[in-house]
Amino acid sequence: MTTKAMKVLACLLIVIGCTSCVHLKEYQKSRINDSEMVLSNRKVEKNELNFQSYREAASGANVGKTGGGCGCN
Amino acid sequence: MICRLNAHAQVKQDSASNKPSSSLYNSPSQDSAKYNPRKLKLDEVDFVSSYYSQNGDHSAVTGGIGTEKVTDFANSIALNFVWTNKHQNKNTLAVGLGFDAHTAASQAYVSKTGASSPNGTRLYPSLDWTVENAKTGNTFGVGTYYSTEYNYQSLGADLHFSEKTDDKNGEFSAKLQGYFDHVTLIYPSEFNPMAIDISSSNYGGGGHNHGNDDNNGSSPRETYSAAFGYTQIINSRLQIAFLADVVGQNGYLSLPFHRVYFTTGKDTIEKLPSSRFKLPLGFRLNYFWGDNIILRSYYRYYLDNWGIRSNTANLEVAYKVSPFFSISPFYRFYNQSAARYFAPYGEHSPTDQYYTSNYEYAKFSSQFFGVGFRIAPPNGVFGWQGLHELEIRYGHYTQTTDLVSDVVSLSLGFK
Repeated sequence: MTTKAMKVLACLLIVIGCTSCVHLKEYQKSRINDSEMVLSNRKVEKNELNFQSYREAASGANVGKTGGGCGCN
Repeated sequence: MICRLNAHAQVKQDSASNKPSSSLYNSPSQDSAKYNPRKLKLDEVDFVSSYYSQNGDHSAVTGGIGTEKVTDFANSIALNFVWTNKHQNKNTLAVGLGFDAHTAASQAYVSKTGASSPNGTRLYPSLDWTVENAKTGNTFGVGTYYSTEYNYQSLGADLHFSEKTDDKNGEFSAKLQGYFDHVTLIYPSEFNPMAIDISSSNYGGGGHNHGNDDNNGSSPRETYSAAFGYTQIINSRLQIAFLADVVGQNGYLSLPFHRVYFTTGKDTIEKLPSSRFKLPLGFRLNYFWGDNIILRSYYRYYLDNWGIRSNTANLEVAYKVSPFFSISPFYRFYNQSAARYFAPYGEHSPTDQYYTSNYEYAKFSSQFFGVGFRIAPPNGVFGWQGLHELEIRYGHYTQTTDLVSDVVSLSLGFK
């Protein structure tokens, strides 16, 4: 996937999402509250994020690294 | 209804389920919390263990050539204590401890002869306190963490809060963080002959018996970041999160044992600017498709003042075989442009102001794919009531720099 295609897709999803908000009551949130729907990384991904932050220059916007470490080698 | 029995890790659901009136299911432990609201109890214990194995041929220690073979065994445990105060606000104290043990083949070549120790360890405790308002669901907290390994010490602290919208369908969060690190100045042996004379066989970053620690000294590195997030429920199947970090670093941002070879054939150590500004912007979008499929997506655009631009896209499809068992194949694509200070082995000019041959700053793309399994039955995993959740995940990673790696992780949640 090219960079341009990813940016277009990202913008499209944001526009679609933000133009169709509805108010939900608590009893209507059974799917939203499913544990697979959590809007963050899984606990099991913790160490994956660590090695990605060492091997790649980009990091952040991902609730990633929470400690130090030089990431040498 | 059944899905809600196991919906324990979701941010919005957390705040909803903490209110007895809106909870569809109360466990025995929740009942006892109501009976004695101030009592401190151990609510959850999370354990994560990973084994990581990597190979490549562009080590920064040897100037952008040479083995990048690494293995890392990482383990962490987090204990979450909860209690309620006199205003019925929920307090959570999270106590964490992590321990990593690694071997890095290139680390041996901090010494020109390859005689340095290739082994190392890292220890990282953490502490976080969060209080959640019982009426509004808003939270406030502080955290601190420490990380230590032979050649690097890091001390961090943060302040975080979140505030829900009036209809509880949106939430704004912010986290202010500061890291105060020290890089031990361990130079390649040819630039520090005294070190080799004193500890000839074990001089290097991360191992044991390194000898003349006191002679190395250290340099500070500071990192300040502000992380902002906004989550919004779009409809009963779709929710989205917008994420933005602003990060500033200053101090010694190079690593002293990274070699650089000039066009003249002479080598020196990596030299990078003493400040860096990073701006990652991202969003997550999760969609519950039908009754069994959940699409989890993530995109991030990143830029910094070293000239790096990057895109990250991730898609995970969680298929619920049953309400308590899911299989989640995933795919992640990443690309980045090179930092303006990067050049491969032997291509830097001696007149360059800054130089590095660390391939972390090279132009490349990477792919990461694999599958995860999650089991969370109401009567406990394998019938053991205390073990409420088990996750296993495997991933294979490839870079266009020819670096390849595999990682397998296990996560256990105890109540």
